[in-house]
Amino acid sequence: MCGIVGFLAKTPQMRDKLGELVTPMLNCMGTRGPDSAGLAVFTEPLPDQQRRYSLYVHNRRFDWGVLFDDFMDETDAEGEMIDVESHAALVSTVSPPRFKTWLTKSYPEVHLLSVGHRIDLYKDEGHPEEISERYGFPDLTGTHAVGHTRMATESAVSPAHAHPFTAGEDFCLVHNGSLSNPYSIRRKLERQGIHFETDNDTEAGCRFIEWRMRQGDTLEQAIHASFKELDGFFTFLMATADKLLLVRDPFACKPAVVAETDDYVAIASEFRSLAHLPNVQDARVFEPSPEIIYSWNV
Amino acid sequence: MERVKNFDLSRTSVRELNQFLHHDLNAEHTDQVEILHPDGAHSIAAGVNAPVHIHVRGHAGYFVAGMNQQADVTIHGNVGWSIAENMMSGRVHVKGHASESAGASAHGGLLIIDGDASSRCAISLKGGEIVVGGSVGHFSAFMAQAGTLVVCGDSGPNLGDSLYEAVIYVRGKIHSLGADAQEEPMGHADYDAVGRLLNAAGMEYDPKDFKRVASARKLYHWNSEVHQEY
Repeated sequence: MCGIVGFLAKTPQMRDKLGELVTPMLNCMGTRGPDSAGLAVFTEPLPDQQRRYSLYVHNRRFDWGVLFDDFMDETDAEGEMIDVESHAALVSTVSPPRFKTWLTKSYPEVHLLSVGHRIDLYKDEGHPEEISERYGFPDLTGTHAVGHTRMATESAVSPAHAHPFTAGEDFCLVHNGSLSNPYSIRRKLERQGIHFETDNDTEAGCRFIEWRMRQGDTLEQAIHASFKELDGFFTFLMATADKLLLVRDPFACKPAVVAETDDYVAIASEFRSLAHLPNVQDARVFEPSPEIIYSWNV
Repeated sequence: MERVKNFDLSRTSVRELNQFLHHDLNAEHTDQVEILHPDGAHSIAAGVNAPVHIHVRGHAGYFVAGMNQQADVTIHGNVGWSIAENMMSGRVHVKGHASESAGASAHGGLLIIDGDASSRCAISLKGGEIVVGGSVGHFSAFMAQAGTLVVCGDSGPNLGDSLYEAVIYVRGKIHSLGADAQEEPMGHADYDAVGRLLNAAGMEYDPKDFKRVASARKLYHWNSEVHQEY
């Protein structure tokens, strides 16, 4: 099964209430995906030279303060960090390659979930309601968000296997469905020097699309390429720094419903997740057609 | 005097609602049931077997009025997957749009959808009648065995794939026909059937504007010479 949710705020008021509106959407989809969950939130952009690094560590009593002090000593750059439980968001002027090298060497047990000017990403094992509460999702603010509730069918239940998946900077993807040829995609990408972190099928789809974009495709072109390359079922919901994008495979076996008003665009696997949204009764509610790319700009 | 019973699903569970519909309707001599705040809930009014009028005021979820017998169910909004799935008799009317597999395997009764129905509408239809005011998505009437699907709008790809003896009437464009489905000339019985169903659904179209799609019956028997190229 699995559940997906997405939200794009069109007004400053909705941006302030992003977490408050998205959290019940995600929790409601717990019935479709009770084993793990994740949420990517996109905020106002950081200055060009800075990046936000979202980090995860399995040990909930991990001392993030020590990691931050070590990082500051080692890099001698400006930085700040906000942490809660297993998650920390570290903002720094240190470049992604240098940060990754430092992290792998100094804290191999800490996973880098996302990198970018806008993205902050949370994911963990457990029921979505527990995860929302653990990380304070209702208090989050931002321009747009993508979330996922997982019922694992093809690879292990772990925070690393939970969605959203990321590749590159400020790009993430959630998936309801299953891919039949993730290993052939993976072998093709590994020959290009692309590194995989899990054996999850969605990671193959995510890295394929991001690789196509680095080859010069627009996101829309990369998705058209994925119709040819990816075999299987998918409803994909993706976010970039300034865009939310939804697509269903040609057979459209996995559900999605969209509600759009002047204030927001909201997407979920089922309408139940949208029923609490303000003025949803007057929203334009529709089911996305197969193989049509729906996108909304921030 | 008409006896009306109200259920507010923001305060009452679907299970309580359905238990009332299954067990207590007759004892309370209820003629009409009003269901408020459905908020996309699944299985509303599934398994009803009584001549009662049910109104669902808002958007509902999956399996609404599934296995319906006798009841007249109106949904004043959109519905999710499998509206009136396996309906046996009665009438189900969706005032908005319906998601996938609308009327799947319905044996009898009439399903009316004022808006669009998405993919696999009338899949495996077994004798029910379905009128869609708008368009239907891909693989509609897939393997439909008996009954009628009337589409006042357009049809998506692969209409009537592997069709048995159900008949499809389409007023608008057909994107493509599925394997073994073919367009056939309309006869008097077809005009009468379409006219009767449009009338029952309250839709004012001219039966003369409809095309008939039925099975070419070439898939009924194995043919080793076609190499699976149907």
